[in-house]
Amino acid sequence: MRITCPYCGNRSLDEFLYHGDAEPQRPDATADNAMDAFVSYAFERTNPPGQHHELWYHEAGCHAWLVVTRHVSTHAISSVDIARDLAKARTPNTAGRA
Amino acid sequence: MAREHFSIFSIMREAWRGHSGWTPTWRDAAPKPEYDVVIIGGGGHGLATAYYLARTFGITNVAVVEKGWIGGGNVGRNTTIVRSNYLLPGNIPFYELSMKLWEGLEQDINYNAMVSQRGVLNLYHSDSQRDAYVRRGNAMRLHGVDAELLDQAAVRRMVPFLNFDNARFPIHGGLLQRRGGTVRHDAVAWGYARAASLRGVDIIQNCEVTGFRRDSDRVIGVETSRGFIGAKQIGMAVAGNTSRVAAMAGLRLPIESHVLQAFVSESIKPFIDGVVTFGAGHFYISQSDKGGLVFGGDIDGYNSYAQRGNFPVVEDVCEGGMALMPRIGRIRLLRQWGGIMDMSMDGSPIIDRTPVAGLYLNAGWCYGGFKATPASGMCFAHLMARDEPHAVATAYRLNRFRTGHAIDEKGMGPQPNLH
Repeated sequence: MRITCPYCGNRSLDEFLYHGDAEPQRPDATADNAMDAFVSYAFERTNPPGQHHELWYHEAGCHAWLVVTRHVSTHAISSVDIARDLAKARTPNTAGRA
Repeated sequence: MAREHFSIFSIMREAWRGHSGWTPTWRDAAPKPEYDVVIIGGGGHGLATAYYLARTFGITNVAVVEKGWIGGGNVGRNTTIVRSNYLLPGNIPFYELSMKLWEGLEQDINYNAMVSQRGVLNLYHSDSQRDAYVRRGNAMRLHGVDAELLDQAAVRRMVPFLNFDNARFPIHGGLLQRRGGTVRHDAVAWGYARAASLRGVDIIQNCEVTGFRRDSDRVIGVETSRGFIGAKQIGMAVAGNTSRVAAMAGLRLPIESHVLQAFVSESIKPFIDGVVTFGAGHFYISQSDKGGLVFGGDIDGYNSYAQRGNFPVVEDVCEGGMALMPRIGRIRLLRQWGGIMDMSMDGSPIIDRTPVAGLYLNAGWCYGGFKATPASGMCFAHLMARDEPHAVATAYRLNRFRTGHAIDEKGMGPQPNLH
């Protein structure tokens, strides 16, 4: 398994650190259901057998956080995105503060 | 149907008859319309659960449904090590019960599982690591578990060929559990299957669960590739695939599936008596009775349902081996494979009811499920038979993450690939 970093190109798995599922988003701590939401955010995972969006950190390269879409039963990678771009797209009002 | 009692006499009798009289070890059953208990998963834990349900709790109208063949999953893919050298109070009594059940297993199930208490030696390489092992050893002894702290001279007497004077990771000593050792993993599956089958449990292979049937909020059976099977209680023991099966019941669990690789070398003359683990990396090794070196290291570290890993971990494991015992460098690797681990959020297992009435969960074994097989079966059977947790498994609750009672041996937090 090799990962194609958008900045650095096709690199060995050795260069990357894994940080798990990229789906959970930090919930609103002031919401009424904050307890349930934080338990789910911190501990519960969908853990699908197919396509999985996951965070990788290019530690021995450009230090970018990446969102890799990978089939976890075949290890085939279908896309690699820069995590910051996805985060900005999700919350446009914080764009420019990154 | 296997009825014979295995003994030296039965083996001698069959030797005289040219081994013509052996019968199948267990009964390959077809599903009945309904059972009191259906166990999903014919691995070590599922078969042990069925056995203890029948033997200890007298519940014999039980089916074990397995999507492949029994013993084809992680019970046949591990490195066969058994030990109870844990640190935390939620874990030690459970794993010690498991060790005691291993010690009496062969007499109990009348099957040669090759239980070999050859000792498990965890090496330390620094003063701080020694202190951590002193603490662990004391925690074990306070719970009545055997533990001995060895200095370097004592380790040298046991395993003189280690790389003691490595400049970076010198070996200062080790924590030894003499009662630990290895067990023939396939024989555990076969032995439990035989013993359960003899007590009336149906073992149904090639029977994949495809869904749960519910009556309001209660499960009343499983849909399978061999038709509907009704059940008053259903137990899941499908480590590696827990999230997939639980999702059919609408559950989302604190579990990720990861791949762990294991390795076997060509057979060589006996030279490693017990189990030795490297404390400066993650490497553990023992020698099978056939002579192959059986070893492994860390999980690959990313979600995976593929039963194979990648080269960086192969390299890391081999580096650990070479740092610990350079003399194995010329030995050829014979086999290498991967198994899928239920990595839980705190590195400890779950044996509990689920929010769905009638559905019970046995999961989250990380890469330590094999040693737990007997106690896991006993405690899961207890939970389903009595509808309350076994005394040594009270900490393995599904809601412990919510309540802040995580059992985190390594102190890594909710990061499954680090446990």
